[in-house]
Amino acid sequence: MTRIATRFSEASGRKLLVPYITAGDPDLDTTLALMHTLVRAGADVIELGIPFSDPMADGPVIQAACERALKNNVSLLQVMETVKRFRETDQDTAVVLMGYMNPVERMGYERFADLAAEAGVDGVLTVDMPPEEAEELVAQLRRHELDSIFLLSPTTPDARIKLVSEMASGYIYYVSLKGVTGAANLDTTEVAGKVAHIQSLTGTPVAVGFGIRDADSAAAVSETADAVVVGSVLVALVGEHGQQTDILHSKLFDIVNGMRQAMDAKAGAAA
Amino acid sequence: MNTVSEPKEGLMTDQFPDEKGHFGIYGGSFIAETLMDPVRELQEAYERYRLDNEFIAEFEWELKNFVGRPNPLYHARRWSEELGGAQIWLKREDLNHTGAHKINNTVGQALLARRMGKKRIIAETGAGQHGVATATVCARWGMECVVYMGEEDIVRQAPNVFRMKLLGATVVPVTSGSKTLKDALNEAMRDWVGNVDDTFYIIGTAAGPHPYPTMVRDFNSVIGKEIKEQSLEHTGRLPDSVIACVGGGSNAIGAFHPFLDDKDVELIGVEAGGDGLETGRHAAPLSTGKPGVLHGNRTYLMEDEAGQIIETHSVSAGLDYPGVGPEHAWLKDIGRVQYVAATDTEALEATHKLCRIEGIIPALESAHALAHAVKLAPTMGKDKNIVVNLSGRGDKDINTLAEIEGITL
Repeated sequence: MTRIATRFSEASGRKLLVPYITAGDPDLDTTLALMHTLVRAGADVIELGIPFSDPMADGPVIQAACERALKNNVSLLQVMETVKRFRETDQDTAVVLMGYMNPVERMGYERFADLAAEAGVDGVLTVDMPPEEAEELVAQLRRHELDSIFLLSPTTPDARIKLVSEMASGYIYYVSLKGVTGAANLDTTEVAGKVAHIQSLTGTPVAVGFGIRDADSAAAVSETADAVVVGSVLVALVGEHGQQTDILHSKLFDIVNGMRQAMDAKAGAAA
Repeated sequence: MNTVSEPKEGLMTDQFPDEKGHFGIYGGSFIAETLMDPVRELQEAYERYRLDNEFIAEFEWELKNFVGRPNPLYHARRWSEELGGAQIWLKREDLNHTGAHKINNTVGQALLARRMGKKRIIAETGAGQHGVATATVCARWGMECVVYMGEEDIVRQAPNVFRMKLLGATVVPVTSGSKTLKDALNEAMRDWVGNVDDTFYIIGTAAGPHPYPTMVRDFNSVIGKEIKEQSLEHTGRLPDSVIACVGGGSNAIGAFHPFLDDKDVELIGVEAGGDGLETGRHAAPLSTGKPGVLHGNRTYLMEDEAGQIIETHSVSAGLDYPGVGPEHAWLKDIGRVQYVAATDTEALEATHKLCRIEGIIPALESAHALAHAVKLAPTMGKDKNIVVNLSGRGDKDINTLAEIEGITL
């Protein structure tokens, strides 16, 4: 069983928490240390952003993070090395690489899959790679039992949900609002209805992201979602306190742990 | 003598792109799921209206009565004589309303937006020509218009910014990334994702996710169709060569596409060589780049070893783009179109020549195509004909030209 599947199967009613940070923001050593802090705060899966010069689907917060990382020329290869270092002390937390196609294209699918597996990566989400174009990459990732994670949006029709479901493994990432990352607050009731509908069409766990910014919204979404993804609010903290390591770690811990506790309380109340 | 020939075997242009928008390995729809539904809606609408007689008739009416087509194919006699070889003919896209070929496409997309019931139009622009052409059709149809433009370009192209505002458009400065055209495109995409219900995104070049490369090509193909007719009219045959500048490649694909099956017509795309290809400071992905994925399609890109998109350099803002339309990528690979580069210096020399000898101020973009004609014409006989697509007029560039010569206007 893959590490992501294990996390879901061992959750037993508890919902998975999936924080996102951009690798190399502000530098790779900080990223590594932050990954461990996220684990201590209650992360089950870490989505690690591969910085890209043209992050079309991201809002200003993650764009700025990419720019900070690229100032130091952080490459996909270095992101993978960081995962390798993380694996030296953590074998349980799943790691998903999230980014855009071009760095992967440049590296080549086969080499990318080989190196990702070797580094201890568990899943890959390339946001500008729709299932229609993904066959070759998915095949390469499957060779190493790496999960291919795809997005669904509020406008995805049922036929496409099924198509995505056939190609996806690990989890499916439901983008909870129309817009880019870090956009306005979401309507959790509407999200709950949509998530339940997606779950009725697929056996793959459904993670929900975009627009989750505090313990309350995380807990509300976790009522129906199998996992909750939180990104921009954490990346904004890194942007603000990137040069003050102690403050950054404590603030990041507090917000993620707050979500963890609120989600677990919700799960406990429901059980 | 050249005649309209049978389709070249193995090319079969009407088969491209395939139904998913692929030109060989290029093109496609590399977009986030959040954009998939509006892109699918656009694909369906375009599939329907591209074959709709009423739509086509309305498009042609607008081209004739609003844009001022057909524009002339003009024999540059004095310049041909000076170069001492082939006869040079200029396709006068610079005489269109708004001064460039860009209006062909914005008219077509605005008509489509109206049929789709979209009330709000967004666009990206580099030099500002596409922004002006978009603002123009929005004013013409009473639609809201928002144009994204890199902060750097806003400074470089102040007159066009004012034109857009005069026409009632909102110009939004883009401060992310390199603050130029590619970043304006990113920002327009982000706007689109958040406003898909009422918004139509008019992309200005033959790139982006399917169906944009095909749609922009089709709306600009009027250029090549007119060149064909006018060549037959003036010379009794098809031209020996057609030359066009290539940034994203919309004017070039429009000029080339009707000739793809006429195998005796040599087609040459001219990229921005900037300071020279060997310096790395240029905007010539087809000449030096590798295939990759950007802005919704697979194509040749200017990128570093890690796959990050790099900054481009060209004296002409309209060619300052790190990618190129996917059909050009394919036409390069199959060898149907030859892609070369002209440097800033060569383009500037050609600009001055055309001003002085023919009384025409060309856009700096188009001057790259002229610069290649300077190299090519003397190698050909006087009985040969070269058509250069004069894609735009140079009034917008006078500040740039003056600055290069140290003159303050």
